[in-house]
Amino acid sequence: MHSEPRLTAYIIRRLMQSAAVVLAMSVIVFLGLNVIGDPVYLLIDPQADQAEIERTIRRLGLDQPIYIQYFNFITNALTGNLGTSFVHGTSALKLIVDRMPATLEIAIAATLMSIVFGIPLGLYAGLKPDNFFSKSIMATSILGFSLPTFWVGIMMIMVFAVMLGWLPSTGRGPTATFLGITSSLFTIDGLRHIAMPALNLALLKISLVIRLTRAGTREAIHQDYIKFARAKGISSSRIVGVHLLKNIMIPVVTVLGLEFGNLVAFSVVTETIFAWPGMGKLLIDSIQSLDRPVIVAYLIIIVLLFVIINLVVDILYSVLDPRVRIGEKSA
Amino acid sequence: MSVTDVGTVPTPAARPAAQTPFQRFVADFTESRLATIAFILLIVTMVLALIAPWIVPQNPYDLAQVDIMDSRLKPGTPAASGKYTHWLGTDGAGRDLVSAMLYGLRISLAVGVMSGVIAMALGAAIGLIAAYAGGRTESIIMRIVDLQLSFPAILVALMLIAILGKGVDKIIIALVTVQWAYYARTVRGSALVESRKEYVEAARCLGLSNARILFRHILPNCLPPLIVVVTVQTAHAISLEATLSFLGVGLPQTEPSLGLLISNGFQYMLSGEYWISFFPGLVLLMTIVVINLVGDQLRDVLNPRLSK
Repeated sequence: MHSEPRLTAYIIRRLMQSAAVVLAMSVIVFLGLNVIGDPVYLLIDPQADQAEIERTIRRLGLDQPIYIQYFNFITNALTGNLGTSFVHGTSALKLIVDRMPATLEIAIAATLMSIVFGIPLGLYAGLKPDNFFSKSIMATSILGFSLPTFWVGIMMIMVFAVMLGWLPSTGRGPTATFLGITSSLFTIDGLRHIAMPALNLALLKISLVIRLTRAGTREAIHQDYIKFARAKGISSSRIVGVHLLKNIMIPVVTVLGLEFGNLVAFSVVTETIFAWPGMGKLLIDSIQSLDRPVIVAYLIIIVLLFVIINLVVDILYSVLDPRVRIGEKSA
Repeated sequence: MSVTDVGTVPTPAARPAAQTPFQRFVADFTESRLATIAFILLIVTMVLALIAPWIVPQNPYDLAQVDIMDSRLKPGTPAASGKYTHWLGTDGAGRDLVSAMLYGLRISLAVGVMSGVIAMALGAAIGLIAAYAGGRTESIIMRIVDLQLSFPAILVALMLIAILGKGVDKIIIALVTVQWAYYARTVRGSALVESRKEYVEAARCLGLSNARILFRHILPNCLPPLIVVVTVQTAHAISLEATLSFLGVGLPQTEPSLGLLISNGFQYMLSGEYWISFFPGLVLLMTIVVINLVGDQLRDVLNPRLSK
């Protein structure tokens, strides 16, 4: 019972730290963006007269001192209003939220792919380490780490879309609603569209899962519970499928959870290659057109996402391993 | 026993005890044939990038030498002027791809190496200060390091580019900001281990100044892990710069790096003109893989736990 208030205190302290991070990031991002470029001249017709330029400046609030602009921004942010896009003329937050399902869809598909491909391959490489096929798996996984994602994506388009014509090269397929979730994963054409981008995004994670699974298998195979199961005469497939796999899955699932935010960030690249209409592509387009409210809103949302993921992982760890909290206390 | 056997035994190479540390290092490194080939390729790549202006048939940045009528020629087509052959074809602007790639390689390597060196100097200094100062300074520095490493590099770089704008200097700033934390963490870790060793105590007893102990005694002993991080992070910097350029938020069009060449060729990919993206990508890939292979071998050789 003694540890309960301590855990609560730890969670509260971590929450406050996270809030401070988000606030600091918002200041840095907002100030930084206001120092470069003048979006007024990017958005107004060069033929426009002085009066019209000034009207626009006033309409966008760009004539106010910078601290007032930030103050307006932060009060709006707290009420869920992250500014209005200069280019689209609609709420920046709404623009991003509208694009979010497409990004989450591709990130989830990539995570599933890394499990489906990574675990069996890693298991095989761990069980038969000296096999030629295992060695090729490991060599390929090194390539997975060092190949630049965007180039692999281009090559995939070249082979599967241009040369073979099997898959569509760009865009997202039609969506369908299933169990209240609307996603392009539920239509055949949607699956054809998502296959390449998801695989492209998953490549790095597949390599990671292969290595984790292989290392876990190599370690577990010499442990007593496996030897004991063998001695009891349990079939090999049951030992691997039930006993071994259960123990390997813990680190794999933890790492994949942690890496989910990374997938969302990296989808910026994949979405640009495959013209996937997600948040990442919106960010790149907004950087190109200096659409500041959208950039700021995207960054704040992604920082929020990361802070939440880190927070959840930290808290889970502290629940599982009390030493983390004690270390924190004495520091 | 034959005469030749007797003759070879006393040579220095056969007696490890007589080797200088550098000779031992070379011997250990060349044990892996793959790493040796990678190292040779790396040297060749760097030399090619350095001497590019003197060996390429065309200066791809000089508009007077580039003929737009030559654009998107297939590999092996002779130039309209008839003076040379475009062995790897031309890009959308009519630039000879071999020339453009070597110039691009120059920029990619320069940006990668420069940001790697600056990040290393900065990160190593901060890491040393953290390890030496201890207490509050150390925990603040390490908090910042942890915070930064919890965000993916591409995201931090994109944020900075969104804030700073485009340009070679901006890209280098972004890459340094992304990478210093790795160096700081590595150096702090090994500096903490080193500072508890007896030679540091001996140096203190001799009355040497703190700065001298830090930079002349502790830092050199932190070098092995630092060298490994430098190679891996330089490869990472090259890849990241290429990615940013591909996204169109990296280097300016006037100085295309490999990433930008790939990006420019991407629009022709769908009409089957693969070579504009394919060859620069191959060079980029080779550079990154080669640096990583050298780094892997360095890690094995420099790891004291693995030394015999």
